[in-house]
Amino acid sequence: MNAVRDIAYEELKAFEGRAAAEAGLGKDPVNAPMIRHWCEAMGDTNPAYAGADPVAPPTMLQAWTMGGLSGHQGRSEAYDDLFALLDGAGYTAVVATDCEQEYVRELRPGDEITFDAVIESVSERKTTKLGAGHFVTTRMDVRAGGEPAGTHRFRILKYAPVRRTPKGERPRPVINRDNAGFWEGVAAHRLLIQRCDGCGGLRFPWLPGCNACGSPEWDTVEASGEGTVFSYVVMHHPPFPAFDPPYAVGLVELAEGVRIVSNIIGVPHDKVRIGMPVRLVFQRVAEEWELPLFRALGDGAGGEV
Amino acid sequence: MRAGEELPVLEVPVTRTLIVAGAIASRDYQDVHHDAELAKAKGSPDIFMNILTTNGLVGRYITDHFGPTANLRKVAIRLGAPNYPGDTMVLSGTVEKVDTGPEGDTATVKVIGANGIGRHVTGTVTVTLPAGGAA
Repeated sequence: MNAVRDIAYEELKAFEGRAAAEAGLGKDPVNAPMIRHWCEAMGDTNPAYAGADPVAPPTMLQAWTMGGLSGHQGRSEAYDDLFALLDGAGYTAVVATDCEQEYVRELRPGDEITFDAVIESVSERKTTKLGAGHFVTTRMDVRAGGEPAGTHRFRILKYAPVRRTPKGERPRPVINRDNAGFWEGVAAHRLLIQRCDGCGGLRFPWLPGCNACGSPEWDTVEASGEGTVFSYVVMHHPPFPAFDPPYAVGLVELAEGVRIVSNIIGVPHDKVRIGMPVRLVFQRVAEEWELPLFRALGDGAGGEV
Repeated sequence: MRAGEELPVLEVPVTRTLIVAGAIASRDYQDVHHDAELAKAKGSPDIFMNILTTNGLVGRYITDHFGPTANLRKVAIRLGAPNYPGDTMVLSGTVEKVDTGPEGDTATVKVIGANGIGRHVTGTVTVTLPAGGAA
């Protein structure tokens, strides 16, 4: 999620009833070319919209009020302020959700369009699939030659877009005094195995003391990176935002004899096999940290890096 | 025209051209309706149809069926699943009720536009057929 600031609802509510547009003037009077362009785009062959004396498709109501590339005329300060407030708080994206139009008079070429609009309501903060945001409903009264032509109620969602990639952060390792040396090794692209000073046994994962002789003294040896799949599972469920199931989790036996749990990559999840030779790679999984993973050798047909 | 009557469906291929042409014809220059790169930067997989085009298509669906004498009174729509290029929107409609008045028969029609990912639009259209009019 982007950094989003909560706005006190009273601050938003204060915009209700204020003008969104005042004495707006349509940039062009209703005209046959714009009607024709609309009908071409919509594939609308209604003869009422063509010929010598066309009426405009009623659903064009809003089009006559649009600012186009050169921007809106008559948009009120309140509307701009409301948008600035929402933008500033992180609700930068906009999507239209509802449009309700009532038509009281046909529009014909030559009709001059004027309009006023009011901010009817601003919702409390809502969580949607697109992201959290506020719904803003405006109501516009459209006139033609000064007579009411229709009303146009429009609802938009101003929202903070949910970032799609990455889908989620990979769980972070817990680094403490007992395993800090292991993670320092990973950062230096070295997979370090503990070796007991007492009995000389290798152990992995890292522990503060030897599980065979009890000695707390140890040093490290660097793994060659060669290994084989000792066992594996394919994860289908439960899903977790950082992962894209199904994927293979392997128990890899290193050439040195100890075993490590990691992902098997470079091969489809359903082609992982016990005994498959793999080689250590380091893969960056977040901006600031990498993981030791194992790439299948030989017939591994996958395309991952 | 009677309550319960179902309108024949209208299949609308959602082409990139339709999305862009509809946006420009409705004078909507929001980048998400014509610029795929900027749409992606805003979290959308591609450009998508603007609400005014959907509104226009719903209006067209009704007048295609009821004929050129039909008067649209009200079009109220709500958008759901976006219309992305390459999809097809299938518009269907059901006459919910018919009121007979001095101006003719006024029908309330429920309209649904479904695409490959869900319901793009649900709406209600009120349309009057002048007495002695077509359909």
